[in-house]
Amino acid sequence: MKKRKVVITFPPHLINEPVSYHLIKDYDLRINILKARVVPREEGRLVVELNGKGQSLKEAEDYLAGLGVRIEPLAQEVKFLKDRCTSCTVCIPLCPTEALSLDRKQMLVDFHNDKCIVCGLCVPACPFRAIEVMF
Amino acid sequence: MAKTIAEINQKIKEGKAVVVTAEEIIDITRDRGIKDTAQKIDVVTTGTFGPMCSSGAYFNLKQTKPKIKLGGGRTCFNDVPVYAGFAAADVLLGATAIPDDDPRNKVYPGKFKYGGGHVIEDLIAGKEIRLKGTAHGTDCYPQKEIDTLISLKTMNEAVLFNPRNAYQNYNVAVNLSNRVIYTYMGVLQPNLRNANYCSAGQLSPLLNDPLYKTIGIGTRIFLGGGEGYVAWPGTQHNPTLPRTKGDVPRSPAGTLALIGNLKGMSPQWIRGVSMTGYGVSLAVGIGVPIPILDEKILKYTTVKDRDICAQVIDYSEAYPQGKPESMGEVNYAQLKSGKIKIGGNEVPTGGLSSYAKAREIAGILKNWIKEGKFVLTEPVAKLPGPDDTF
Repeated sequence: MKKRKVVITFPPHLINEPVSYHLIKDYDLRINILKARVVPREEGRLVVELNGKGQSLKEAEDYLAGLGVRIEPLAQEVKFLKDRCTSCTVCIPLCPTEALSLDRKQMLVDFHNDKCIVCGLCVPACPFRAIEVMF
Repeated sequence: MAKTIAEINQKIKEGKAVVVTAEEIIDITRDRGIKDTAQKIDVVTTGTFGPMCSSGAYFNLKQTKPKIKLGGGRTCFNDVPVYAGFAAADVLLGATAIPDDDPRNKVYPGKFKYGGGHVIEDLIAGKEIRLKGTAHGTDCYPQKEIDTLISLKTMNEAVLFNPRNAYQNYNVAVNLSNRVIYTYMGVLQPNLRNANYCSAGQLSPLLNDPLYKTIGIGTRIFLGGGEGYVAWPGTQHNPTLPRTKGDVPRSPAGTLALIGNLKGMSPQWIRGVSMTGYGVSLAVGIGVPIPILDEKILKYTTVKDRDICAQVIDYSEAYPQGKPESMGEVNYAQLKSGKIKIGGNEVPTGGLSSYAKAREIAGILKNWIKEGKFVLTEPVAKLPGPDDTF
């Protein structure tokens, strides 16, 4: 089983299509929707965790690409600007998944992309604007 | 045997001074004892890096041809209004000043992405900013309008001034209400879901000299990456509050007014701050040296996070309504562990003052002194202490 966290962007004409239904039924994927935004007549965006066999994952991605759906790794959606971060630690209690972590010996903050679910709680809380979410 | 500042300075000039940080001194004293350490160590360096709204800078701008009298008119730097109630070319910029019409601030809670603090950071970073001004025009200053780009290089003087900074201890902010609140202590989640504190604790300057025995008016300090001075007691300086056995105040007490040449500072240590829903501020890196003149002064510098306690204050009701109620006392070792207990609840903690940066500053100042680049000053007057009337 492989796990991938991706951002799926649907063009306007596909918003009414049950795409995630097909991903589950036809490709046997386990889907965990972390965040969704649908703007009628414009586009739909989903942050999902896809969990399935390597081969099925690949086929599912081909299916999406064939439909004209854009699929990108989540890593590109969240930017941790390390040189702006001062390690003040104000974000630490807010992060639900410990994507923002604190080494309590060095008192230095770090960001782990793979754990981030793009909840966005840290963004307004950061006094130095060190986290940017593109979603 | 007691030492004098002059003796310590002589050692600094000879490259022989023994300098350690306020963190390092804790273990050294534990291992060697007070008496021995007081003789061996000459200076203990402290540091802090946190947001302080009571910050600003004043500038003297080069004149135009024909000349303009900005004093009495209206002037902005990058659309942020500056105070122009001085002479023709002197203006003062406060950290919390914001543009009159920034759409990003109009919708609650407001982003406060750019203001006085950011202008100061931009100037130190060497960026050009847009100066716009209108004046009433006089016989000797006929120009009535100016719109041009300026930078720190093209100014005659640029001086950082903090009416208040380096707070000796601070509150721990929580939110007892059932909605998110936006404060100068950060975004506070409802129902006690986070607790924010703001002090470098055992590294903080005034917590290492709790009775202001060495830090006074005229003390030379690390300020924003350059050199500065303690100019005066800071506003709201209140030395008379309850203290622990080790003389450490249990709530926000002493403060310092600081001054220094902005042209010698670095954007690494002077940073604009955006507090969502509250406003703009400025984070200022400060490092204060403490000369170890005797055993008592040394003992104060060995203060540990667990010896320093702070009051937990509800920022949804008690703080805004001016009620003096504390929900309890916690120490900085608990705050830095990541969780504190309030009532029966375990509450995760976050800081606003960077301990990592405070440590870095104390280290830089230590090296400056060791290398003979920074000598100590004798304060010209004391800060008011607990027994003084002020």
